[in-house]
Amino acid sequence: MSHTAHPVVSVRLFVTIWLLLMGFTGLTVLAGYQDFGFMNTIIALSIAVTKASLVVLFFMGVRHNTPLTKTVVIAGFCWLFILFGLGMSDYLTRPWIGVPGR
Amino acid sequence: MEQQLEASILGMWIFLVTEIMFFGGLFMAYLVYRTMYPQAWLDGSAALDVPLGALNTAVLICSSLTMVLSVRAAQVGSRRGQIVNLILTILFGTTFLVVKYFEYAAKFEHHLIPGPHFSVHYLEELGRTGADPFSTQLFFSLYFIMTGIHAAHMVVGIGLMSVILLMAWRGRFTPDYYGPIEVSGLYWHFVDIVWIFLFPLLYLLGLHGGHGA
Repeated sequence: MSHTAHPVVSVRLFVTIWLLLMGFTGLTVLAGYQDFGFMNTIIALSIAVTKASLVVLFFMGVRHNTPLTKTVVIAGFCWLFILFGLGMSDYLTRPWIGVPGR
Repeated sequence: MEQQLEASILGMWIFLVTEIMFFGGLFMAYLVYRTMYPQAWLDGSAALDVPLGALNTAVLICSSLTMVLSVRAAQVGSRRGQIVNLILTILFGTTFLVVKYFEYAAKFEHHLIPGPHFSVHYLEELGRTGADPFSTQLFFSLYFIMTGIHAAHMVVGIGLMSVILLMAWRGRFTPDYYGPIEVSGLYWHFVDIVWIFLFPLLYLLGLHGGHGA
């Protein structure tokens, strides 16, 4: 009865995701040793976001969850970016207008 | 039963969203201070052990695989599969903490703990001459807070898995009722995700960007 909403995923798929995650870990270390200037952080973060997405979608099984749960998950990450966006728009713009206490 | 499971999963995710915001505050602090003191971040990061950090990343990914396999074992009604995979998950989690212990011990020996005994001497030995003691202490404060709170989450996770292991041992989980193991797994994977971001942001910077480079 419960197998429609929460299907049993094959071991093969989980192992494939695990191999991908291990591969990306190797890749991020290899990329870390190369000097791409400021792009190093961009590359490292792109790989980290890809890895985190694989974990959320497959290991945490969000792709099989109800729309309500998916909304909560997406909203959670949206709030995180609101935090970063509003936070940095404050700290990065303070020097522009010479506000004391920077 | 299906609805119960969905409700538990939703509840866990709402808790995890509060955890995202909790760690988010620390990442925000990281972002602000890294913008203010970019060189201190490059210098401080040079003292971190990339091979050990990478090893720990791999260990946590392995633990996430065994975690998901133990949930699957519950779905297909394999008591043995749950127990074996939960024990492996706990062992991987413990390995992570042991590696972290050796890393912290090295930082103590190198006088990289913020406070009166902090010294940039070790950073200078690494070729980071001119590392600023004030701002590199900020880097190490954030390093210890972020990895320390992450490690505390690992300890909680191992405790949680021990309880789940006991429940699995007693055969509490069936293909129709496996909510606790699934929901605890969500927590475990979340802690893995935090490390997926901590590793590149803390460890990989220091491979470049020496003074005058």
